[in-house]
Amino acid sequence: MSQRLVVIGNGMAGARTVEEILARNGDFTVTMFGDEPYGNYNRIMLSNLLAGVETEDGIFLNDLAWYQENGITLNAGVKIQRIDKARKVVFGDDGSETPYDKLIIATGSYAWTPPIKGIHHPKRGYHQGVFAFRTLDDTRAMIRYARDHERAVVIGGGLLGLEAARGLQNHLNHVTLLHAMGHLMNTQLDAKAGSMLKDSIENKLGIDVIVDAMTSEILGKDRVTGVKLGDGTVIECDVVVVAAGIRPNTQVAADSELPVERGIVVDDQMRVRGESDVYAVGECAQHRGEMYGLVAPLWDQAKVLADHITGRDLDAAYTGSKISTKLKVAGIDVASMGLKEPATDEDEVIVYSEPRKGVYKQIIIRDGVLVGATLVGDNRKAAGLIQAFDRGMALPEERAELLFDIGGPAGEVAPADMPDDAQVCNCNGVSKGAICGAVSAGCKTVGGVMDKTRAGKGCGTCKPLVQRIVEWAAGGEVEEDPAASWYVPGVPMPKPELMAAIRKYELKSVSSVFDKLVPGGEHDAKSKMGLASLLKMMWADEYVDERDARFINDRVHGNIQRDGTFSVVPQMKGGVTSPAQLRKIADVAEKYDVPMVKLTGGQRIDLLGVPKEKLPAIWADLDMPSGYAYAKSFRTVKTCVGSDFCRFGVGDSTALGIALEERYQGLEGPGKMKLAVTGCPRNCAEAYCKDLGVVAIDGGKWEIYVGGAAGAHIRKGDLLTTVGTAEEVIRLTGRFLQYYRENANWLERTYTFVPRIGIDRIREIVVDDADGVAADLDAAVEEAVQAYKDPWKERAEPATPGQFRTSLPLTVLPQVPVRS
Amino acid sequence: MTLSTSASSNTRTVLGPLADIPPGEGRSYVVGGETIAVFHLRDGSLRAVSAVCPHKGGPLADGQIDNRVVVCPLHLNAWDLATGCSQSGQPPIDVYPVRADGDLIVLGD
Repeated sequence: MSQRLVVIGNGMAGARTVEEILARNGDFTVTMFGDEPYGNYNRIMLSNLLAGVETEDGIFLNDLAWYQENGITLNAGVKIQRIDKARKVVFGDDGSETPYDKLIIATGSYAWTPPIKGIHHPKRGYHQGVFAFRTLDDTRAMIRYARDHERAVVIGGGLLGLEAARGLQNHLNHVTLLHAMGHLMNTQLDAKAGSMLKDSIENKLGIDVIVDAMTSEILGKDRVTGVKLGDGTVIECDVVVVAAGIRPNTQVAADSELPVERGIVVDDQMRVRGESDVYAVGECAQHRGEMYGLVAPLWDQAKVLADHITGRDLDAAYTGSKISTKLKVAGIDVASMGLKEPATDEDEVIVYSEPRKGVYKQIIIRDGVLVGATLVGDNRKAAGLIQAFDRGMALPEERAELLFDIGGPAGEVAPADMPDDAQVCNCNGVSKGAICGAVSAGCKTVGGVMDKTRAGKGCGTCKPLVQRIVEWAAGGEVEEDPAASWYVPGVPMPKPELMAAIRKYELKSVSSVFDKLVPGGEHDAKSKMGLASLLKMMWADEYVDERDARFINDRVHGNIQRDGTFSVVPQMKGGVTSPAQLRKIADVAEKYDVPMVKLTGGQRIDLLGVPKEKLPAIWADLDMPSGYAYAKSFRTVKTCVGSDFCRFGVGDSTALGIALEERYQGLEGPGKMKLAVTGCPRNCAEAYCKDLGVVAIDGGKWEIYVGGAAGAHIRKGDLLTTVGTAEEVIRLTGRFLQYYRENANWLERTYTFVPRIGIDRIREIVVDDADGVAADLDAAVEEAVQAYKDPWKERAEPATPGQFRTSLPLTVLPQVPVRS
Repeated sequence: MTLSTSASSNTRTVLGPLADIPPGEGRSYVVGGETIAVFHLRDGSLRAVSAVCPHKGGPLADGQIDNRVVVCPLHLNAWDLATGCSQSGQPPIDVYPVRADGDLIVLGD
């Protein structure tokens, strides 16, 4: 036989809890009691009803038919007066007795009325013209009365009061808002944000706002004619709305000897303390000392309660909610979460204030995690902040990104607003629909979805958007990608741990890393290149070079093209060449019928479309070193003509560029390293947007910028330091590049690495040697420099059998006769 | 004669010496007019698949492998070497029986 479930309260908490129980196929005969003679409506929408933007029909969540369809007995308008725990019976004010097996108390709150003289009328509750703002009846009466009157006063400058004031403007001419505290919405906002909101309310909406306003008396004999404040001020009005706060309805619980403090005390399963068959949920419940007046925590409580009461999950536990709100208060965007003011001196506070526009933004960060945020006048970043706050997510090093959309169209759209066919990944042509499809097919990690759809696997700019779509599509059930922190996907360790383990076990080949460090010893194709780079950096000439660990580009020292041919880019230091060199390149291009000869962005000459099998011969004829235009390594140093010829140049940028390239040529790293030296701040060599850029400034000095980019991502480098000599530039360049090699994640370019570590910290280490590692970095990079060998010398004898054999039927492959 | 018919009729074709393919790498062969990529896995075994990536025609023999998959060098799509199934939403590739017979690579059952 099904159990008898009685629910006291037919508001949002009670009805939602019953919905959750029904969704779990709970076997109950449900009886509900509600004070109000209606089905269940959305109380939050009463403001919209008052403002005339919503109809009564529109705010109902469950109409009476719903109760019928689900076999629920609804006693609307019956107030429960007492619970007999021992007999398991509730008593109604209509004399009814209803037995239960399980009981849920969801009595919600009532509107609190401050003790103001004249606010009540001995016969009819409130004085004529005074209204609370809590129920549908309150709202109806208020609308009816306001229509025929002129001036309203709203007492209470919290959320509800602001909404009431705004709504009343719809029905009468003049509204004054009185708030007893020093600033509006003082529970959610700090003084600054509150005063910004006040300015907007007054200037944009034309509502008079008085703060620090203690209402001492309601004036008028048989109807309201005004209110009097503590300082004697009288404000004439004919309508008064009291929105001074809510208090939990706990009387019935207290009268029935259930534990009541501020609210009805519940445990993590939402059971009333000490009771096994009585639950409480919503605004009337006090959980771990907290009371919640918002819907989001209520939804969470309802789920846990339903899980527990139906036996679906007896371990379900509600552990409290992090409170955040994002709403339009009286037409003005407001969002708040967590702390409204910093709690300690160590809390990092970031504030943006633009009073003319009524925009105020504040975020509070503690130990790298968002612990509070307030937005007024601009809620565009609210969703992201709420997510970061709820989940304690890592925050961008550029804190401004939390408050503003900086660059990149990818940051602006909300996933919910995008059509299904909107292209998210412009490199691989992946739509929002495809990403959502992968999520609904069961992929719940961002990395997994990226692998499956290839979204974000091109230039990578859309990754944040992909992440947000996955999170949105998974409805908050995104699983942490354990691999996100690993150096490569196939070895479960972040870079520092991985390097420590490699050193400890003296692992000098890629296969030995898999064998020793991967549980089960499984090799991973996609991890080989990153490991090869790391091991080469760590062991230099002791590295055991397994050719299969290399990407094809590194096996044959050219960049593979779309047709399987390769590009050949000879070194041209600093972009300086000579007629002899050009003649040689021209001869080679003609001799081998090179389909395209092109200047590169790095000031070199690219011979494109060279078949793999012709590479050794071309290198031999060129007899020039490799320009490394294919590897995750030091690429080029772009230069301008500098002081030799340019009439503006203040430093010999060409000579320095050539010197840098000569020293650091071929240096492998976690990502490409593109450099430039420019002879004056006009920046013809584009040094400000290079991984490392050097700018000559007047006085014989050189500025060194790091972390710049001008690819898919655009970033001006950060000034590392200014030095007086070219030698210092060369030394610090090596030190910085070595620090990057040792500490950056695989494929993490300097434009991500530098902001992640922070330019100040990098300067401490690289320039000031605060950590005492400068000498080690210098020694390590020197060892790498000494280990340099021009890979194009590897041509007389192939390094492996068939190293340069073609892999596509572009030319004749080994023809194997088929024998039957 | 196409390769698939030759394979299904239990023909055996010697592709060449095993030493032609370094461990962990792949090489292309043309057999009966078709190009196939043969991989020498680090666990010692061999795999043979169609040589051309169905996505954009990349040379799969130039791809990196492990003991399970090959990754195309052009756009990094991955296929299971045993089943030919794509791991990144691409059409499957053909898989052929191949094994080492002493020092030789033998295509066919």
